[in-house]
This record gives sequence, C-alpha cells and structure tokens, in this order.
Amino acid sequence: MWNKLFAWLDERLALNDLYKATLDRPEPKGNWWNTLGSASLFLFLLQGATGIFLSVYYTPSPDHAYDSIQYIMNGVAFGWLIRGIHHWGASVMVLVVFVHMLRVFVTASYKYPRELTWLIGVGLLLCTLGMGFTGYLLPWNQKAYWATTVATSIAGSVPWIGSFIQKALRGGTDLSALTLSRFFAAHIWMLPAVLTGLIGVHLFLIIKHGESEFPGKDD
Amino acid sequence: MAGSHHISRRDFIKITTAAVGTVIGAAIGLPSIAYLIDPALKAGKTDAWMPLGKLENFEVGKPTLATFTRSKVNGWEKSVNSYGVFVLRTSDTETLVLSNKCTHLGCHVNWNADKQEYICPCHDAQFGINGEVLGGPPPRPLDRYSGDQVKVEDGTLLIHFLEG
Repeated sequence: MWNKLFAWLDERLALNDLYKATLDRPEPKGNWWNTLGSASLFLFLLQGATGIFLSVYYTPSPDHAYDSIQYIMNGVAFGWLIRGIHHWGASVMVLVVFVHMLRVFVTASYKYPRELTWLIGVGLLLCTLGMGFTGYLLPWNQKAYWATTVATSIAGSVPWIGSFIQKALRGGTDLSALTLSRFFAAHIWMLPAVLTGLIGVHLFLIIKHGESEFPGKDD
Repeated sequence: MAGSHHISRRDFIKITTAAVGTVIGAAIGLPSIAYLIDPALKAGKTDAWMPLGKLENFEVGKPTLATFTRSKVNGWEKSVNSYGVFVLRTSDTETLVLSNKCTHLGCHVNWNADKQEYICPCHDAQFGINGEVLGGPPPRPLDRYSGDQVKVEDGTLLIHFLEG
C-alpha cells in the first residue's frame, strides 16, 4: 500500500532523484568545518520560524513596539523562549556565517569552478549583517534607538551622497516612526526575500559542483 | 547485546539525525503552540460586583443615574469604558437597576421626569419606569439587574456586572 503510494508520488515528483541529488550526493572525506554551511541554513530557518512567531504579537510603532515586546517577554506563554532564541540565534548566525566564510577562504574553496558560489556567499553575509542591523532597532529601547542613530550617522559620513543615504535609511532627517516601520519592512520582507533567493542559488551551485576536497599537505 | 543487532553506519546516522531532529522540533514546536494559543487560554471572566454608591443616597421612587468605569487590558493595550445604570428604589427594601443602554442601537437613554419615561435621544424610543417598551424601535425592554444580581453590603448598593 505505502510502497504503491510512494511509487506513484515518486514517478511524478522524482522523490528518489531529489533525495540522491541533495542528501545522498558524493562527498569528500568528512570534516566538521564542512558543516558550517548547513549550520547557517539551519539558523536561517530557525530565525525565520521564531521571527514569524514574534510578528504575531510585535507591533512596529513607536507607541507600542516596546510595550508589545514587554508583553511577549512577560505576558505570553513561552514568549521569553521564542524571543530568546531569535535574539541569541541572530548573534550565533552572524558568527557561524562569518566562520563559514573564513573556512571557505582558508581552504581556497572559492576557486574555479566555485567563484559564483563565493560571490553569492558575500551577498548572503551582507544580508545577514543587514538583518542584524535592522532587527536591532525593533525593540525600540534606548540601546536600539541610539545604536541606530549612531549607525545611520556613520552612513551619513559618506562623501557627497552621505546625507541622502542617511535620510533614505531614516526615512527623514530624524529617527522616527518612519525609521521603525521601514526597518521592520526591511527586516521581515525585503532582506528575507533576498536571502531566500540567494540561498536557493547558493544551494543549487553547491549541489551542482559538489563540495571541494580539503587541501592536503601537498597543496 | 553483542552481535545481536547489527546496525549499519548509514542507518545509525539516519536514526540519530531523525531523533535529534525530533527533539529539537518538539523543543521549539510545542512551546510555539502554547505561545500562539495563549491569549485564547487567558481570556478569563470579565464579570464583577460594581459598587454604585450608598443606598441611602438614592431617593425612593426617582430613577437616578449612577456611573462607573471598567478598564480592560488586552495584551499591551489598556482601554477604559464608562457605563451607566439607572437606580430606582421602588421601596425602602426593593431596588430596581436598569441599564441606560437603549436596546435598539445602544445609545444612552435619559430619564424624563415630566413624562415619567426613559427617552432615547437617537431614535426617540420610549421606555416606562420599569424599563418596558412604550414606543419606538427597541426590540426588548431595558436590561435589568434584579434578584441575585443586586445586593447591599454595609449600606452600599452593588450590581453583578457581566460585561468587561
């Protein structure tokens, strides 16, 4: 019964081929450093799930942002857990993505034919930092407010176009409700959309080229 | 144990991965369900005994408006609503309390002493002194508090208010 059902689905969805291509593909000799990419992917999914849960109660307005987070922390069952995972997961994700990049650099895995995988990885690193930057403002406490004030001021120090960049980031001359809502939009829609797309291509390239061999003593 | 169960390296990895995945999934998934349905579980009772004032301050035979406010907390939002009731002491011991909310569309009715009627300013509904409909569009008499919904404690009149 189940075999027949599976055969029916497999004929139409190519489940066996998918499994072979993604999870059963040939690998060079195992090495823990090679798991950092999967760890990054796992953290991205974890951040996505906890972020979606947080958006159930969070309100991106200066009147309610702080209070809604207080409510998540103290009023909702396991709100502290969901926010805690999202909070610490963010730091761990930046760390893991960065170490992943170092590993690829040190083992020279970015060389032919994987240059594009590397370039897309740079985009993924920038998006991850962007997620950290925009997410930091959302609690709307003193630390968030002033950190974003300082960071957008730094962006404003770019020659010629600095003040335009600063205004575009803040949605005006000052940090305001507009800043909060545009950071929120970037944090939950724009950056995740870009991240998802880039991760898709990144994974496709990894499956296409396979993982690089760890360099030996002779390399 | 020895030699009884042989398990291949592949199967061991598969089983371990599935087990660890299940544990992580449950550790995050189960709290998430509680997190999502939490407000529904906490939506508790909203009734309370509301004090309307000293019974001796209400004149016998004359409907008098008593007002009170109730605050409601929904998550991080607090709202305060005011309510009004007409207190009519029918005798020294009997008290009739009527809601001032018109049963038609919820406007606040006023007591008209000349006509001895409650009159709604919105659509001219008329209610008698005991809340019965005398004219206009209301479908039913004014809501009343009587019997075990009214009590007097230490000379203070209280009603059992159900709405939040």
